[in-house]
Amino acid sequence: MEIFLQEGLVLLKAALWAVALSLVMALVAGFLTYLERKVAGHMQARLGPNRVGPYGLLQFVADGVKLFLKEDLIPSDADAPLFRFGPYLVFVGSFAVFAVLPFGERIVATDLNIGLFYVLAITSIETVGLLMAGWASNNKWALLGAMRSAAQSISYEIPVGVSFLIPIVLAGSMSLQGIIHAQAGGFGLLGWNVFHNPFSLAAFFVGCTAMVAEINRTPFDLPEAESELVAGYNTEYSGMRFAFFFLAEYANIFVISMIAAAIFLGGWQLPSPFKDILPFGLVGSFVLLAKAAVLVFIVLWLRWTLPRVRVDQLMEVCWKYLTPMALVCLMGTAVWMWAFPGRIFFGLFGTA
Amino acid sequence: MQPFELTDLGAGTKEMMLNMGPQHPSTHGVIKFVLRMDGEVVAALDPDVGFLHRSIEKIAEKLSYPDFMPYTDRVDYVAAMNCNFGYARVVEKLMKMEVPKRAEYIRVIVAELNRISSHLVSVGTFGNDIGAVTPFLYAIRDRELINDLLEMLCGARLTYNFVRIGGVAFDLPDTFKEKAIAFLDTLEPKLKEFNTLLSENRIFRERLAGVCVISKEDAVAYGVTGPNLRGSGVDWDLRRDEPYSVYPEVSFEVPVGGGLVGKVGDAFDRYWVRIKEMQESAKIVRQCLEQIPEGPIMAKIPRVLKPPAGDAFDRTEAPRGELGYYLVSDGSSKPQRLKIRTGSFAAVSIIPKIAPGWMIADIVALIGSLDIIAPEIDR
Repeated sequence: MEIFLQEGLVLLKAALWAVALSLVMALVAGFLTYLERKVAGHMQARLGPNRVGPYGLLQFVADGVKLFLKEDLIPSDADAPLFRFGPYLVFVGSFAVFAVLPFGERIVATDLNIGLFYVLAITSIETVGLLMAGWASNNKWALLGAMRSAAQSISYEIPVGVSFLIPIVLAGSMSLQGIIHAQAGGFGLLGWNVFHNPFSLAAFFVGCTAMVAEINRTPFDLPEAESELVAGYNTEYSGMRFAFFFLAEYANIFVISMIAAAIFLGGWQLPSPFKDILPFGLVGSFVLLAKAAVLVFIVLWLRWTLPRVRVDQLMEVCWKYLTPMALVCLMGTAVWMWAFPGRIFFGLFGTA
Repeated sequence: MQPFELTDLGAGTKEMMLNMGPQHPSTHGVIKFVLRMDGEVVAALDPDVGFLHRSIEKIAEKLSYPDFMPYTDRVDYVAAMNCNFGYARVVEKLMKMEVPKRAEYIRVIVAELNRISSHLVSVGTFGNDIGAVTPFLYAIRDRELINDLLEMLCGARLTYNFVRIGGVAFDLPDTFKEKAIAFLDTLEPKLKEFNTLLSENRIFRERLAGVCVISKEDAVAYGVTGPNLRGSGVDWDLRRDEPYSVYPEVSFEVPVGGGLVGKVGDAFDRYWVRIKEMQESAKIVRQCLEQIPEGPIMAKIPRVLKPPAGDAFDRTEAPRGELGYYLVSDGSSKPQRLKIRTGSFAAVSIIPKIAPGWMIADIVALIGSLDIIAPEIDR
């Protein structure tokens, strides 16, 4: 009896977290679509959305309602089951990461001991979903987009994975909570992995670049290159299914920013005497979200500034530059850990 | 960058036929390209034009000479002034008409302003094709100021119907000169900003360096004209080499492609020639505004135009290449035949020659760099 009760409690807790996280994801992704349009607007000497709600803040609600009310359209020659399944797979791949995303100290759905590995593994599902969607659409542009997407995701997982290894090596843990805890030293600033040693600094940039490519954002947005492939893999999608792709795309921006902020920028660590003025480490949560917000803005900024690279250049960047650089960073960090065990770069000169 | 050599590996693969257009973001209008693809590489390309055919040449045969002027706006609606200008010139040539000096100056001023606005659209959409969305908006913002200037002049912002046979419709308003100079003063820094954002961008340059090279010989053989011809390194500009109107009285340079980042005649050269031409056009407008004499803006013309029987051909340098009008008159008040020769049509004809072996992203760059526009191809 007691076992059932315990099982039931675990299930209830999981269900509650799932509901809460799906709300968070929908809100974050929705707000990011608004933010993207606003940032784009101001960068392009326009205003961006400003009709629905104060400052147009409710624009994403209106868009969402519109998309969900649209006719559910499946092309007659499409492979209907795969066509239906593709968007869900993409959505799940993105949503599942939220389970291990740290929103603060101890504010996390589940602190998996293989956290970062889980992130890498579960996001790979998205590629399958994109490929499925592109293939099932029975549209040549969608197929080209899906093929590009598969090639790109498989290639860029390598530099992403290798650069993820560096915080793991430094912290001796794969758990995201553990990695953030390990960055506590150096007045809450110098202990961040990005300042740990020169190699981890380089790894931060390599990892961020590769992650931007991994989620198909400009300048690496080839799978949905508008001016080349019309709309890439989602050419045939509309209404709710398109909304799922869209949701996943913007949730991904948030996810990569949160992960980069957690594993390289010290998570909730900050050089401040105010960190205890709010209970439950909430100050830390805000700090973490603020760091993620800066990275999100940079991702948006890149999109509205840079042109797109070509397919061969995309592969060149990955295999000729990012992958070797990530490997060198990993070796360098390992050597550092052997030469100066447990010491940060600035700690070599002072007392930190 | 070299085009790919396609070889059959004997793996039983088949080429994929792909319809690029008539509705595609990068075809710049309703044009269709039928591509045969080997993966991402184009094996063959076949342009299918005619979706925008409006029988403009046939309409000319049904209308009196002055009545046809508004239709020339629609030949190339991005550079309507230049199309007005060419048509007015060919009728005047047939009638051996003298146009007042002031009218000629006004014509050159509006033609060059329209050239700047046309090139702004061209380089802006080209950036959009390469994936940079923001520069397009900047180019459109600056073009808006030219639209304002021309609106001040003739009330229209796109299809002006401003040039008349024998002169122009309206004289310059009092404040036109200072407003035009104020605009030209802002154009230079804006272009500099545009260059920092796009032309000097590493990704942009890498995407275009050595891509889709049109050799001098090919360009001449296919009749490519205008900025595309000059991008291939041929130093030929009608405004200088066959001077007409008041162009001999102003000084300007003719920019020629020099392989700045890759080879002579690559996509970047064609883009760069347009950027440079905008600066030269600004120079011409400034000189014209200084030198413009007082006087009438219309020649004395009869109420009903009846040119003597015969034919005339006249060509002018429009933003998209040489714009030629061939006019046959039978002595009545309507043309017997009008033929329009446009730069875009020649530019489209060279695409199948250049395209094989390049990737689909390069094809987009090729189409964008040739600055073709659908209404001008089909008329």
